Amino acid sequence: MKIAFKLAFRNLIGAGLRTWLNVIVLSFSFVVIIWMKGILVGWDHQAKNDMEQWEIGKGQFWHKQYDPYDAFTITDSHASIPSEFKPEIERGKMVPMLFAQGTIYPQGRMQPAMIKGIPASQTLLKIPTHQLDSETDAIPAIIGEVMARSSHLEKGSRVVLRWRDSKGTFDAAEIEIVDVFSTTVPTIDVAQVWINLETMQEKLLLPEQATLFSFANAEENRSTVGDFSLKTKKDLTAEIDAMIKTKNAGQSVFYVILLLLAMLAIFDTQILSIFRRQKEIGTYVALGYTRQQVVALFTVEGAMHAVLAAALAAVYGIPFFIWQAKVGFTVPMDTSEFGMSVAPVMYPIYSMGLILTTTLIVLLTTSVVSYWPARRIAKMNPTEALRGKIQ
Amino acid sequence: MENSAIIQINQLIKRFPIGKGEFTALKGINLNFGTGEFAGLIGPSGSGKTTLLNIIGSLDMPTEGEAIVLGKSISKLSAKESAKLRKESLGFIFQSYNLLQVHTVFENVEFPLLLLDYTTPERKKMVMDALEWVGLTDKVKSKPPQLSGGECQRVAIARAMVKKPSLVLADEPTANLDAANSHNILQTMQNLNRELKTTFIFATHDEKVIGYLKRKIFLKDGLVDHEEWITQ
Ligand SMILES: Nc1ncnc2c1ncn2[C@@H]1O[C@H](COP(=O)(O)OP(=O)(O)O)[C@@H](O)[C@H]1O
Ligand SMILES: [Mg+2]
Repeated sequence: MKIAFKLAFRNLIGAGLRTWLNVIVLSFSFVVIIWMKGILVGWDHQAKNDMEQWEIGKGQFWHKQYDPYDAFTITDSHASIPSEFKPEIERGKMVPMLFAQGTIYPQGRMQPAMIKGIPASQTLLKIPTHQLDSETDAIPAIIGEVMARSSHLEKGSRVVLRWRDSKGTFDAAEIEIVDVFSTTVPTIDVAQVWINLETMQEKLLLPEQATLFSFANAEENRSTVGDFSLKTKKDLTAEIDAMIKTKNAGQSVFYVILLLLAMLAIFDTQILSIFRRQKEIGTYVALGYTRQQVVALFTVEGAMHAVLAAALAAVYGIPFFIWQAKVGFTVPMDTSEFGMSVAPVMYPIYSMGLILTTTLIVLLTTSVVSYWPARRIAKMNPTEALRGKIQ
Repeated sequence: MENSAIIQINQLIKRFPIGKGEFTALKGINLNFGTGEFAGLIGPSGSGKTTLLNIIGSLDMPTEGEAIVLGKSISKLSAKESAKLRKESLGFIFQSYNLLQVHTVFENVEFPLLLLDYTTPERKKMVMDALEWVGLTDKVKSKPPQLSGGECQRVAIARAMVKKPSLVLADEPTANLDAANSHNILQTMQNLNRELKTTFIFATHDEKVIGYLKRKIFLKDGLVDHEEWITQ
């Protein structure tokens, strides 16, 4: 078998430009596939990380009525903070939040908004809630950049906020935007207004009540507590998984096209070399090879393209991967569609598994594509091959 | 006639399908070859020399009749068995050398040994011996494109001889060589025939080759026309 590899290697190198074109195309597929997959893994990782740090911590408890996709549930989604939660909240390991539907009137226009009460003192989530302690005669509020843009509000803007308290009575007050924050988590930005939890409880006439809780520690055996049911990080990030899955499916089409191009080139090369090298094939048979052994020889030779491509891919791919992992890649997308103020910068993550599977898949497809035309050799008549007479 | 027959050919007929019909290339050959012969199939182009040589070399099958080579009936061999016969006992020399262009002289000669169970040092010794026989020990690392036609054919002879086969089949080995090189390789083969008792069968219509033969078998239209024996 060693000789097969040596022979294959020599023949490939001997074939010159053609081999290198094939190898370059294939190595390009290698690098692009690993890179794109790496970006997706990095994106997944980062999106979940951002979500954890900005919104959900290690998990949440939701009031059992609460459904973020149904605005009508919000009015009834609140209950007293369970006494079991109090120690954790006091230690700063749990953040209670109270939600209500409201309306703001920027420059006289009416714009619905979700009002969220959060303790100004919390440090569990990255939302800059300490700003809610700002001295102002209006209600201090903070919003995200997307919200700021869509409502034409900025730091220092004042706007009327209207809401309905728990008795069904409409009330209104002026809020002042004391800070605008930048985040890649759309669910805490788009159409959201954050104010102090105590103010919120007071205005809604819901003292000591909350809609949900984000907590810092996942390890305890948690389960439903009173009216609040547990949402693990896994439950809460399911949407990210779904998004990554969709992206992956979209990319797969691209991988297939890339590989198909490379495979077509190798297939063509194999056909040509089998046709051109009939005399050589006949010689192998005369020297005592069975035709199956010659088929194996040519298959190994074709499959060597993948080995060379992997080597070449390593030469320019590894520096590229390292550089990308360092500087990141700004995803070219319409950020407003995703409700993000800035395009997220993705830091690709390449796992050993990713590199090995990609290599294996490329090696396997190349072998199959090389074997396919080589099968013809098994049917060749060696005397005709020696005369180079096969059409 | 030599003592032990290594090839027996009885009523051998070979037909090739052409279009809807058939062409009969060998029309009933009867021949025996003994160990150590230096014989040639002589005849004009198209007389059936290559066809007969290919059947003896188990690269092709008889249509009718029998060819028994080293005790094996060619028509009864499976693909695997005929490959085994070739790798163990037969050597081929071709008109156009058929060397592996990307390999060195050493590797070309070593190639048949890789199919057999020899250790690396054994192989190295055998290859160097074979290159010594053909006088190419100084070209071990060269590749065929760097060699002259005569040198290429000498590499091919070394490749055919390296495993010391019982039988070497040479199809028009001098057709691409000038007179000096032709004589050179023929003398080389003559010496090997004498020293190693290897049987050589040529297919040729080259007068230079014919001059070296100890047995001349004249083929005409797929039949043995007549034979001549040279006794010294
Ligand atoms: N595979 C084949 N199919 C059809 N005809 C063939 C084939 N091989 C040889 N022949 C014919 O058989 C005859 C003998 O061929 P060959 O043995 O090559 O002659 P030689 O080697 O003496 O020149 C020629 O007429 C040739 O055309
Ligand atoms: Mg011929």
